[in-house]
Amino acid sequence: MSRTVTDVICPFCGTLCDDIEVVVSDDGRKLHEVYNACAIGAEKFLHSQAKDRITRPRMRQDDGSWKEITYDEAIDYTARILVNAKKPLMYGWSSTNCEAQAIGSEIGEVVGAVVDNTATVCHGTSLIAVQDIGIPSCTLGEVKNRADRILFWGCNPAHAHPRHMSRYSIFPRGFFTGKGHTARKVIVVDPRPTDTANVADIHLQVEQGRDYELFDAFRVAFKGEQLPDFVAGIPKEKIYEAAEMLKSGRFVIIFFGMGVTQSLGKNHNIDAAIAVTRDLNEYTKAAIMPMRGHYNVTGSGQVWGWLFGFPYAVDLSRGFARYNPGETTANDLLRRDEVDAVLVIASDPGAHFPFSSVRKIYELPSVAIDPHETPTTEVCKVHVPVAFVGVEVGGCAYRMDNVPIETRKVVEPPDGMMTDEEFLRRVLERIKELQGV
Amino acid sequence: MAEYLIKNGFVFDPVIGIRGDIADIAIKDGKFVETSEVKDPKVIDAAGKTVMAGGVDVHAHVAGPKVNVGRNFRPEDKLFTYKPRSGVERMQGGFSVPTTIRTGYNYARMGYTTVMEAAMPPLYARHTHEEIRDTPILDQGAYPVFGNNWFVLEYLRNDEIENTAAYVAWLLRATKGYAVKVVNPGGTEAWGWGLNCENIHDPVPYFNITPAQIVKGLIEANEYLGLPHSMHIHANNLGNPGNYTTTLDTFRLSEGIRPRSKFGRDQVMHHTHVQFHSYGGDSWANFESKAPEIIDYVNSHDNITIDLGAVTLDETTTMTADGPFEHHLTELNHLKWANTDVELETGSGVVPYIYSPSIKVCAIQWCIGLELALLAKDPMRVFLSTDHPNAGPFTRYPRIMKWLMSEEARNQQIDSFKYRDKVIDATNLAGIDRELDLYEIAQMTRAGPAKALGLSQIYGGLAPGLDADVAVYDFNPNEPYAPDDIETAFSSAEHLFKTGVQVIRDHEIVSNGNKRTLWVNAKVNENPQVMRDVREKFLRYYTVTLNNYEVSGHYLPNPYVIEVDATQ
Repeated sequence: MSRTVTDVICPFCGTLCDDIEVVVSDDGRKLHEVYNACAIGAEKFLHSQAKDRITRPRMRQDDGSWKEITYDEAIDYTARILVNAKKPLMYGWSSTNCEAQAIGSEIGEVVGAVVDNTATVCHGTSLIAVQDIGIPSCTLGEVKNRADRILFWGCNPAHAHPRHMSRYSIFPRGFFTGKGHTARKVIVVDPRPTDTANVADIHLQVEQGRDYELFDAFRVAFKGEQLPDFVAGIPKEKIYEAAEMLKSGRFVIIFFGMGVTQSLGKNHNIDAAIAVTRDLNEYTKAAIMPMRGHYNVTGSGQVWGWLFGFPYAVDLSRGFARYNPGETTANDLLRRDEVDAVLVIASDPGAHFPFSSVRKIYELPSVAIDPHETPTTEVCKVHVPVAFVGVEVGGCAYRMDNVPIETRKVVEPPDGMMTDEEFLRRVLERIKELQGV
Repeated sequence: MAEYLIKNGFVFDPVIGIRGDIADIAIKDGKFVETSEVKDPKVIDAAGKTVMAGGVDVHAHVAGPKVNVGRNFRPEDKLFTYKPRSGVERMQGGFSVPTTIRTGYNYARMGYTTVMEAAMPPLYARHTHEEIRDTPILDQGAYPVFGNNWFVLEYLRNDEIENTAAYVAWLLRATKGYAVKVVNPGGTEAWGWGLNCENIHDPVPYFNITPAQIVKGLIEANEYLGLPHSMHIHANNLGNPGNYTTTLDTFRLSEGIRPRSKFGRDQVMHHTHVQFHSYGGDSWANFESKAPEIIDYVNSHDNITIDLGAVTLDETTTMTADGPFEHHLTELNHLKWANTDVELETGSGVVPYIYSPSIKVCAIQWCIGLELALLAKDPMRVFLSTDHPNAGPFTRYPRIMKWLMSEEARNQQIDSFKYRDKVIDATNLAGIDRELDLYEIAQMTRAGPAKALGLSQIYGGLAPGLDADVAVYDFNPNEPYAPDDIETAFSSAEHLFKTGVQVIRDHEIVSNGNKRTLWVNAKVNENPQVMRDVREKFLRYYTVTLNNYEVSGHYLPNPYVIEVDATQ
């Protein structure tokens, strides 16, 4: 027999859907089926049931093969590389819960590490822009209930956040938006003709790397000033039309993604995007929101915010917290040989960092804490598999609009597996033993 | 637990009515006891020192989403402020928006042991509780905001007090909240469309209800439940010249209503940071103090309490659920602006602000905050606050004490203002020679707020049976002192006990204490209509499901639940 668990939170992307239903065996040991989730989310749940899943820590041997070790050995190894390092890097944090992030933060304090999360290659530039100019934003329910102008800039939720458009942005019928998508206008700015662009009323096919100019052109158009015939490859008539569409809305929301945060201009693009939002508030109501990727990258920025005062790239190595993106960011540290041990947790820099950074991880004492086998586990000295947060253990996660939701445990992890939180707690204890405090 | 005897200090305690006489204070099992009850106590020699109960802050923004926005979007606030880890202390940084760790330690250093988070957006309650969990030493509670909540607007539009009360009880339980907070009633909902409610009769768009109806209805719902604290309000029209009339109109909404609470409070309305609501004039050019008009009303109506929101003349970070006000502020000072509107519930904004002594308006604001305290007839109803961090960081409380206790200190400050004469013309402070004594300070910072919170059975005094929260300050009130000695002494308690645990010894933090989170569990009769409305709103308009809304006990490792029975 089986039973259905409702109101399950999907631990995949920043959309953090909380209406998933999961069918599990009566004894809670097998997960059979996933409902309501998108294809990516369902796969995340189902992957916990993989027959070939790694369930015990492993250490790389000299000949390149893996040798199974105990959790105690893995704890000891992890504690020792952190204690022995002058400046270890503790990177990742975006696919685990806030409880684990909080303990990891304390470890970082005790050993004098640099802690950085995946924002460093994602929305870190947005965080810098917010420090420059602020951010008028809202929760996703405000979008659902009020927004009648939706602008997606440099993002493609149809593929990256598959349920975003139906749950929050384009299609839902909310309190003041009873007609759903028929009463909304959608603008997409993207150099590519994406599946999101296909549902737009206006698709502005901006020339790659010219986003900043187009943002500025919007600000000019709002004021009714003159534009040149083409800006960023877009004819001015189209820009005026789009600007008028935004100004005439009752509630405008701008969503933006990696297309603007990590292309030419980086944080300056986001400065301009937020300035566009501020300007729109002179005429109507407008908000802007980053499309955060990992389901709890937002949470790690929050935890470090209240513990250290900075959302990412926090250098604790001098005994107090410093923040200087470009200096204290993971890639810059790795490539300049400034760190001498690496702990990776709940993310996959092996797949997403430049090769020059990944090679440094390979050359250093390193441990990867991750339920999956990933390109990162392939380059680390020790791999510590852990229970899936949001599937096999609960804990707090923050949605892309910073709304915290408590994820649920729906199924038991394989016998004897540790969670991120337990593992880090044991590492912290071991570090204190080694330091004699 | 260890027993303690604090011997021979000058004790100031309004609860037992002792005004600086020498007395001994005994602690056993976390409570104050008669001195005869301790057998083998550790003795703290407090001879020549001041002894007071632990401080109680009725209103500060210290935990939650907008506080963290303030931290994360102001890296400059950390410049030159970081203190490395040492002893039991973890690393700590930030000035106007300190990290949670520093918040706990810095309050403790001032001798404070209980701090209420002033505005918790219900949907973000988990975040608030996570930060409270990571704030050492202090007992804390948080006030969920109700003044722009769609349930409340819809019930009170039809005068449905019982339904409002049932919803309030449900939301307090769901969010683990402490009291009914109201911020710019109706105005923040209007801000969902970029609008505002500028006075108490300005109708809320679509909802067809006025701020006056919201405020009066929430007072009545609060008394229907008999909650420990009264309705706690930040009225409409904050920060604008001439707004004192809106404030008086708001005060009048409480007329004729008496408290119906078993928790010993006398007020039915607490109006917070009144300094921001006591402005005359009709522009920044003729901006002036209306503190006398405001405080006259408070003095003559005993069902109101207020806190000051005193300006400290610092660079700080303003943050409030008053979304339209923060937009107004960013248009004034052109500094960065963060805003978050929260579905069905509330909104908020954050903008840095510099209260410069060289700006006339800032200097007038500074005067108004102090005038309110110095013109108050009953210090048990007027509490010290800076609306941290809005009018200044809480770490300036000792400086405010100095200004309140010393005319000389005030005159020094006034004389240093760039527009001294204009400031004097627009205010009354220069003509006030009153100097508060430590007994009155204890009323404004201990006994008064504890009573208004409905917590006088555990906090605010040194009487046997109360929780053993007590501070010893290196200050001899009977010897001559300079004004700055006050600030120095009250910035750094020599000893501090929190529920009988010594957390500060010889000015050093020696324990992270045993912090608790207070929340109110109000029982009401079953109300099927409200539960049906709750289910429907979650199904149709919220973006989280009802089953994922309630804050679980997991977030409150050490809860202190206050039970209220409103089923009769």
